[in-house]
Amino acid sequence: MADMPVDKDLLIGKHTNASLDATIGDIVLVPATHNEPRIKTPIKGFFTSPWQIAFGIGFLFLNILLLAITMLVWNGIGVWGNNQPVGWGFDIVNFVWWIGIGHAGTLISAVLLLLRQKWRNAINRMAEAMTIFAVMCAGLYPLLHTGRPWLAYWMFPYPNWLGMWPQFRSPLIWDVFAVSTYMTVSILFWYVGLIPDFATLRDRAKSRFAQLAFAGLSMGWRGSAKHWHRYEHASIMLAGLSTPLVLSVHTIVSYDFAMGIVPGWNVTIFPPYFVAGAVFAGFAMVLTFAIPLRKWYKLENLITMKHIDWMAKVMLATGLIVFYGYFTEVFYAYYSGVPAETALLHNRIAYKDAPYSWAFWILILTNGIIPQLMWFPKLRQNMLALFVVTTSVSIGMWFERYVIIPISLTRDYVPGAFGFYSPTLWDFAMFAGTIGLFLFLMFLFIRFLPMINIFEMKELLHQMEHDEKHAKEHGDHAKLTPVTEENGQ
Amino acid sequence: MSHGRDTSPKQYGVVAEFDNADSLLDAAQKVKEAGYRDMDAYTPLPVHGLTDVMEWKDDKLGWIVFIMGIKGFALGYFIQWWSSAGPDFSNTALQMNGLMPYVMNVGGKPHFSIPANFPPAYEITILLASFGAVFGMLALNGLPKPHHPIANAAMMARASSDRYVLCVEASDPRYDEDEVYSFLSGLNPLSVERIMTTEGY
Repeated sequence: MADMPVDKDLLIGKHTNASLDATIGDIVLVPATHNEPRIKTPIKGFFTSPWQIAFGIGFLFLNILLLAITMLVWNGIGVWGNNQPVGWGFDIVNFVWWIGIGHAGTLISAVLLLLRQKWRNAINRMAEAMTIFAVMCAGLYPLLHTGRPWLAYWMFPYPNWLGMWPQFRSPLIWDVFAVSTYMTVSILFWYVGLIPDFATLRDRAKSRFAQLAFAGLSMGWRGSAKHWHRYEHASIMLAGLSTPLVLSVHTIVSYDFAMGIVPGWNVTIFPPYFVAGAVFAGFAMVLTFAIPLRKWYKLENLITMKHIDWMAKVMLATGLIVFYGYFTEVFYAYYSGVPAETALLHNRIAYKDAPYSWAFWILILTNGIIPQLMWFPKLRQNMLALFVVTTSVSIGMWFERYVIIPISLTRDYVPGAFGFYSPTLWDFAMFAGTIGLFLFLMFLFIRFLPMINIFEMKELLHQMEHDEKHAKEHGDHAKLTPVTEENGQ
Repeated sequence: MSHGRDTSPKQYGVVAEFDNADSLLDAAQKVKEAGYRDMDAYTPLPVHGLTDVMEWKDDKLGWIVFIMGIKGFALGYFIQWWSSAGPDFSNTALQMNGLMPYVMNVGGKPHFSIPANFPPAYEITILLASFGAVFGMLALNGLPKPHHPIANAAMMARASSDRYVLCVEASDPRYDEDEVYSFLSGLNPLSVERIMTTEGY
């Protein structure tokens, strides 16, 4: 591949293939890695490292989730705050929030692969894992919102003696197809990426159990040139398939609203604005995890400041698209002249008169104003500032969905159907529970699978060595090529 | 052996290991120039240009993905058409109740139309095409395969980390073990090894 020279800051320090194996692979193969760095805790001997604490919190909240689901299934969805006129409350807000968070993984793994962006190599594995776990969390909500999750298979088209088929012209059924396809393809893409790394771990593992486990998972991968050829072919095609898929998923999620006639929902800007919002939220979540993980596991040389900087820039750019979307929504409502739409606008922004306007202004603050800090290069290098901004974006994206979904539903066309929405304890328990599930799965992933793609880092290293050799051989040409040490990044 | 079948180990090939991709590429080029046809390389990362040097090409996978995609698209539309506006079997002898269409009038709109039924067809297209890409790749590569003769080579232990292994296979018409051994030794490898196999009985 005649690629552009790779940015030198994407891999810091002297590396060899073996040192990359050791840095990344040993996080999985040496369990003691997860006991570092040591932290003093009140309970002696327990929870002495960030991994243990995060996993512990995840496990605790996972149990809250199980409790919340048990309560829900036992009593019915009446335990939630959903009621007329707000049939979609926390469940759909959280569904859209989680699905959005997942989108950065596919964007990083697929779109950046098609664009031949080498900086994806260090972060794609982690981001893809987040995609899968986020979609798992997302999928729980509509599944449980059906009220009888054990009959969820009714949503799939299969011949049955009830003589009943899905209603294919409903965006909710499109959602079933979009989300289940997204989940399946994401897992496949992730697994395909893991196969060569499983082989590396198999050959590196010392314990018999790890050897056997990774041998099984690697399916006997031996790195044959012919296999690599087809493998790369498959990866690029999966990337080409995932790109339209990821765009379609959030587009279809936005159709759930945009195809309805509820004021504030029936807006044509929804699909692009939802997709941009998804990438925005997803990059924020990738950063939220990457910042502490690179520190705890001493991966600063692999996930460098350059990665952080570029991710922050993508976050800023998509954030601006989202912010533009808010302006468009306001303008659309105002310019339409439709009483229901202007009333909704009033209901969103009139901070003295409208009961839910606080949510809208939190949204503007956390999602519109605070991310503007990312314009300053200094703040993009400051871990604390970044962490504050990414957390703010995660909160903001949640409020975006809250503003769109329950607020619109409380004020429909018929004044007799006006109402209020307030979530119950079990709504919050369920939300906290899915965050716990996500944490739990993420830290299991960090424990048992290589969190950075080993063979792609080797590829990056190989290409950098090549660039260096090339620069030495053609010393004179260096002045003519656009990206060099002097004028490059 | 007592049953008249020869199950003694046979030659699989000769392997040579290198410590970087460029040496491997040079060696592969020389092996090719020497006239050997059946060879393979085992590397920890995809080495670009290696299959070109080996003059080996396989573009079946693209066709598999394409055909799976077309199938998915057709299947997606077909299920939707059949189930919402399909043939009525109720008065026939077939009595296929489970396959009867469930016709729903939604706002007086057509029971089946191309735009309204597009999203599920689109998703099924992507789903089946992805299955084609992943399972097609695995099938063409012959994976999963728990054991392969190449694993008998000691140097393969590091082929997933930092060694680049080149193998001239015994199936080559010009193969002569000692000749290949000395030829590969002349290419400046870290080590050369003969491998045997008992596979294929």
